[in-house]
Amino acid sequence: MSVSKPHPHDAAPLHVTGAARYVDDIPTPANSLHLAFGVSSIANGHLKAVNLDAVLCAPGVKHVLTAGDLPFSNDVSPSPSPEPLLAENTVHFVGQPIFLVVADTHLNARKAARLGQITYDETDAILTIDQALAADSRFEEGSRIYATGDAREAIENAEKTVHSVIEIGGQEHFYLEGQVALAFPQEGGDMVVHSSSQHPTEIQHKIADALGVPMHAVRCEVRRMGGGFGGKESQGNALAVSCALAAKLTGRPCSMRYDRDDDFMITGKRHDFRIAYTAGFSADGRLQGVEFKQYTRCGWSMDLSLPVADRAMLHADNAYYIPNMRIESHRLKTNTQSATAFRGFGGPQGMLGIERVLDHVAHALGKDPVEIRKRNYYDPAARQKTHYGQRVEDFILHDMTAQLTETSAYDDRRKSVADWNIENPILKKGLALTPVKFGISFTLTHLNQAGALVHVYQDGSIHMNHGGTEMGQGLFQKIAQVAASRFGVALDRVKITATDTGKVPNTSATAASSGSDLNGMAVRAACDIIRDRLAAFVADRAQVDPEKVSFDSGLIHVGGDSLPFEDVVKDAYMERISLSSTGFYKTPKLEWDRIKGQGRPFFYFAYGIAATEVVVDTLTGEYRILRADILHDCGASLNPALDIGQIEGGYVQGAGWLTTEELWWDAKGRLQTHAPATYKIPACSDCPDIFNVALWEGENTEDTIYRSKAVGEPPLMLGISALLALSDAVSACGPGYPNLDAPATPERVLDAIERVRG
Amino acid sequence: MSTVSMTVNGKVVASVVEDRTLLVDFIREHLRLTGTHVGCDTSQCGACVVHVNGKAMKSCTMLAAAADGADVTTIEGVANGDLHPMQKAFNDNHGLQCGFCTPGMIMSGIDMVNRYKAEGKTLDEAAIRAELEGNICRCTGYHNIVKSIQQAAGEM
Ligand code: FES
Ligand code: FES
Repeated sequence: MSVSKPHPHDAAPLHVTGAARYVDDIPTPANSLHLAFGVSSIANGHLKAVNLDAVLCAPGVKHVLTAGDLPFSNDVSPSPSPEPLLAENTVHFVGQPIFLVVADTHLNARKAARLGQITYDETDAILTIDQALAADSRFEEGSRIYATGDAREAIENAEKTVHSVIEIGGQEHFYLEGQVALAFPQEGGDMVVHSSSQHPTEIQHKIADALGVPMHAVRCEVRRMGGGFGGKESQGNALAVSCALAAKLTGRPCSMRYDRDDDFMITGKRHDFRIAYTAGFSADGRLQGVEFKQYTRCGWSMDLSLPVADRAMLHADNAYYIPNMRIESHRLKTNTQSATAFRGFGGPQGMLGIERVLDHVAHALGKDPVEIRKRNYYDPAARQKTHYGQRVEDFILHDMTAQLTETSAYDDRRKSVADWNIENPILKKGLALTPVKFGISFTLTHLNQAGALVHVYQDGSIHMNHGGTEMGQGLFQKIAQVAASRFGVALDRVKITATDTGKVPNTSATAASSGSDLNGMAVRAACDIIRDRLAAFVADRAQVDPEKVSFDSGLIHVGGDSLPFEDVVKDAYMERISLSSTGFYKTPKLEWDRIKGQGRPFFYFAYGIAATEVVVDTLTGEYRILRADILHDCGASLNPALDIGQIEGGYVQGAGWLTTEELWWDAKGRLQTHAPATYKIPACSDCPDIFNVALWEGENTEDTIYRSKAVGEPPLMLGISALLALSDAVSACGPGYPNLDAPATPERVLDAIERVRG
Repeated sequence: MSTVSMTVNGKVVASVVEDRTLLVDFIREHLRLTGTHVGCDTSQCGACVVHVNGKAMKSCTMLAAAADGADVTTIEGVANGDLHPMQKAFNDNHGLQCGFCTPGMIMSGIDMVNRYKAEGKTLDEAAIRAELEGNICRCTGYHNIVKSIQQAAGEM
């Protein structure tokens, strides 16, 4: 069978020869036009006068559009709360699009976009969490609260308590391929759009609204993205809608891409959080009650912030049974880019909150944090209920922790790190081992559905399509492996095709790690319908029970005969049997009330655990990650090579988020780290020299596609071990608790060293 | 405007371009060789690396006019019938995910192996990591990229 084999990425041969086509590589006719936005230079205020004469006169400019020129909807929001494509009377962040330039070349469009003469009535901007709280600037009417038991009382009655605050910075996606879209106008006002998007159906929907046409008049195609990470869930809407509008206006193909700088300035990022905590615990380190206040900066528009903040609350327990817990979540509206989806979708921030608590508790007790973590783990028995009511029935972290502790030689290294720190006054080492338990499913229950379309052609070749998009994660290959396995044929018989709203409609975003879970099942359903037809056909011919027909090695076995797949297909075609089918899947067992914070939002949990060792130069605050050991749970992996790739990449991206990647806005709300020169994503030399990644041997207890588990997001949170290893190294410098904020840049590490020295 | 001519992947090409045209735009837009990517426009990410007279160059940071008369190789010109050992190594070692950084990684990889060979130095893992300073990958965590280059170095 094709599943569970380490097949290379399906497009690898195209990538290594430069033949893989991204949106900006699609050939366009010579008369194509190019777009760019003119953007706000202030963070908050009214538009007083917008003079675009110079823009219109600039070389190559064909049209300039403002909000008033848009024929129908001026909205690119993924949520019920509107988000104008072009600012109407007010602007809400530095970088907000105000007008759209249509020109003959990309460079001319960009140059002209700088020439707008805009005057503003500036109002004070709300930039920080404190300013937003003071102004009561928020989404939703007030804070949202999820609670179980009585946290206050448990904390008051506890033998010991800790309380503190952690600031957690945001993160720029830095997908290597920036946002890009391309629209081709069709006859009768129809539109075909290529978009680098994780959510083709939403692109279709937003374009239809903007053009005032039904969704059937718009087709969106996505073959691949050069990285997505959540940043292409909603942030591509503005470009795709602009291209469609301009294509409709001019009758010519129109394309738009953000240069890296524009991408930084205009698009949303990971939400930054402040998490205040108070925890009550017993003398042996068992948590009795925890209170969290999660404050998140959502930026100027609602975007996906509500489900992001919900997921942060849902991961405030991570792997730990906490009998009394109260989480208060504040979704704050600020004059900054719209914080948006980013791998983990709030989960990482919520999880870091409780990991910080455990670290703090261990420090207060002078115990090894691993011991404290294990003591608080969920148990298969009585300690199973989460703060939102779902029971953790598939908990495997006890065994995973035992295995990783062993394979990473944690105990010995804990000792040698301690010895090193006694002998070395300048360079201090740190070690941390942290677990991940991540809930799998969209918390908006209706999104947990998927469709597929499979054709078997008369020569026995198979065309496969589904609603998931490929952003490098290897989804297409995994699903092709599923299709090949269902028909018992070799992988090269299955053609992988671009995601296309004309083939599979009403799809959910490829997000929430759900890609292979949902689309794998939908493709399986479609394949099985065709397979059953073929089985019934050959069984009838051979006068045997269809149940006895089997498919493998390119053969169909029936009543002692083994017939080549393609021969049976040809015969079935001659017998007028349909060789095409759709497939559909919806995740079972889900039931969730997000206002009450009660129910079963997740089908299952994915687990992982990481141990990271670092060394810190206490004179400069600089550091290096020396070694990382990871054990991760993908259930019965559909493709171990692709899964390990996700784990390695996720860990490095998570460690980057918490260490070097710093977003910094000045007092006027201008993002000043808007290019790779000032915003530091991990380079090869920042990665651990020793990097051991292994897959946990097991299978999903729930009935997922071949008992596999989702892998897109969970590994990102393994990076939390890097931050806590730094905290561990810092705590070797003095008696105080490091209280290390994220990202732990060398400056913050140096500050923390001074703090612990007292 | 100026006329530039150069040899790209073994073929002589000539074109009249604006003086300020970057080599990467010349390659992507005039020659429609789109395997060379733009990831940052500012000489940081290495997605645009090509070989100019046998040396790795970030084509977003070089004018087409400056490459006048040069011999340029892009990712499309690397395979010689069969895949180049570096290309094969990236395929076999899962040295890519979204693939956007891959052409630049392969061009940098070939360049570093050639340089170390010419200088008689060994390209070990630490050297590869240091040499990859100018190439960013956001997907893979680099582990398999290093493995790929190591494998190819042994076969080139
Ligand atoms: S595009 Fe040339 S280095 Fe990034
Ligand atoms: S594979 Fe996506 S940037 Fe390297």
